[in-house]
Amino acid sequence: MSGAEFVPLSLPPILIASFAAVACALPGNFLVLRKQAMIGDAISHVALPGIVVAFLLTGAVSTWPMMLGAAGAAVVAVLLIQFVHRVGRIDPGASMGVVFTAMFAGGVLLLEQSDTSSVHLDVQHALYGNLESLIWLDAFGWESLLDPVALAGLPPELLRMAVVLVLVTGFIRLFWRPLKLSTFDEGFARTLGMRTDLLGLALVVTAAVAAVAAFDAVGSIIVIAMFICPPAAARLMTNALERQIAWSCLFAVLAAVLGYVLAGYGPLWLGAPDAVSAAGMIATVSGVILALAALFGPCRHRLGQPKGA
Amino acid sequence: MALPELAAENGARLDDPARETSPFAIRGLTVSYGGAPAVFSVDMTVVPGSMTAIIGPNGAGKSTLLKAALGVIPRLSGRVSVLGQPLESQRRRIAYVPQRASVDWDFPTLVLDVVLMGLYRELGLLRRVRRAHLDKARDCLARVGMQDFADRQIGQLSGGQQQRVFLARALAQEAELYLLDEPFAGVDAATEKAIIDVLKSLKAEQRTVVCVHHDLSTVTDYFDRVFLLNKSRIAEGPVAQAFTAETLQSAYGGRLATAQIDQLSLG
Repeated sequence: MSGAEFVPLSLPPILIASFAAVACALPGNFLVLRKQAMIGDAISHVALPGIVVAFLLTGAVSTWPMMLGAAGAAVVAVLLIQFVHRVGRIDPGASMGVVFTAMFAGGVLLLEQSDTSSVHLDVQHALYGNLESLIWLDAFGWESLLDPVALAGLPPELLRMAVVLVLVTGFIRLFWRPLKLSTFDEGFARTLGMRTDLLGLALVVTAAVAAVAAFDAVGSIIVIAMFICPPAAARLMTNALERQIAWSCLFAVLAAVLGYVLAGYGPLWLGAPDAVSAAGMIATVSGVILALAALFGPCRHRLGQPKGA
Repeated sequence: MALPELAAENGARLDDPARETSPFAIRGLTVSYGGAPAVFSVDMTVVPGSMTAIIGPNGAGKSTLLKAALGVIPRLSGRVSVLGQPLESQRRRIAYVPQRASVDWDFPTLVLDVVLMGLYRELGLLRRVRRAHLDKARDCLARVGMQDFADRQIGQLSGGQQQRVFLARALAQEAELYLLDEPFAGVDAATEKAIIDVLKSLKAEQRTVVCVHHDLSTVTDYFDRVFLLNKSRIAEGPVAQAFTAETLQSAYGGRLATAQIDQLSLG
């Protein structure tokens, strides 16, 4: 494949998918270790009422207010989950299930009752995103990467996802020690005076920002898969959190690149006429990576004495 | 919420000299998990340089008392002071060793990393881990006899070894007051010996030690003071005065057979 074809058509979606995958996998490492992995699922459901409320308030379909609305809804959902867990005295998983389904249903009702019939909010888009359509028409080849005029025509999702990736990485780097400490031993962290409740909320908000940005660009299937699959596979490769993070980023990028290429060219290689959904293939590849790690990863047997000890 | 707290502040016992000098004084601590209180209106005054055992039957609220006093879990009411100052401003003086089973030992980290967590106050968010920090962490591991395990994954440790790593982390905090939650629960004899030796060395350095403890047969050997708890305070004082057949009977009720109390051969 030549640069003239690859750069405008495939490079932007591959980069966007990779950024989205890493932005979700990074906080996913902590969510999985905290046994809160399903929060990604919850966030992608509560995004709907957030987006609808943002639309009702601004009256326009623009990205930033909708992302803010979705992020706000995620915070409300997290607080509600805590509230239902404490006041309703039901376990956190059930509380999460109640809150996100109720909020999603509320979003559907809001959508029905309000004058949003003109707005294009369809389920398919929400699930699979529109990765294949994020093309860069101003590019003519690799040399366009150095051409300011052409660069101005990059899909806005690319810049947005890059900014979110920088924010997420910055948060994890800055709060690395408290995150690690409080994830391992929250009680001890609290005796140091650490506000573990605020830190946990900040982690979920960070995850929500990553999820909402990725949700807009690549759909919720990738979001849910990337919160869990790369971190869970990475955990099977190493027993040190630092290395687990590195493995999870590698797996996330691998899933994004391989998934995109397989979706675009795999069916052709097999003699089928059409390409398949890139988002679906990326999520599938991340699942295959997890399966392979579960079968062959070096750190599958952990608890108890090591062999020969 | 604000009113009773205000009243408590105004009514602070100014004629309470023990509270001013105590490294850990609890006043009126009540904790509820949403039903009857798990701990009710407890006062406790730890004596400086002492080794105190918190004892009581299962479900008496021993761990709850410690966790609520340290802010690990929320409390309904009560104040905690360290040398007469509010606990919040004195946290650097305190090291806490949680119950071993309270964390997931499958967490991906190495033994030395766990001990370095005890240096969090020094390291903060971004300060680099230097050789001096690593040396200190290794020294703390050596004090509990775990120096050869520094680079092991924590999931590979036995229960007793896990407990010793937790103690090493607390040693790295270089605190004046050590609060331990069931440090001897389910550990091997060698670990029990290693832990009690370290605790006695802390006492020799004029530091204060408080343990939630469940083994009545070792109370007189290990500790010089006891705090008997069963939801509320039953007795508090030197072992010879507070650890008696009467106080035990009162704390444990029918759950402790007279024969068991006789075996403790109390004076």
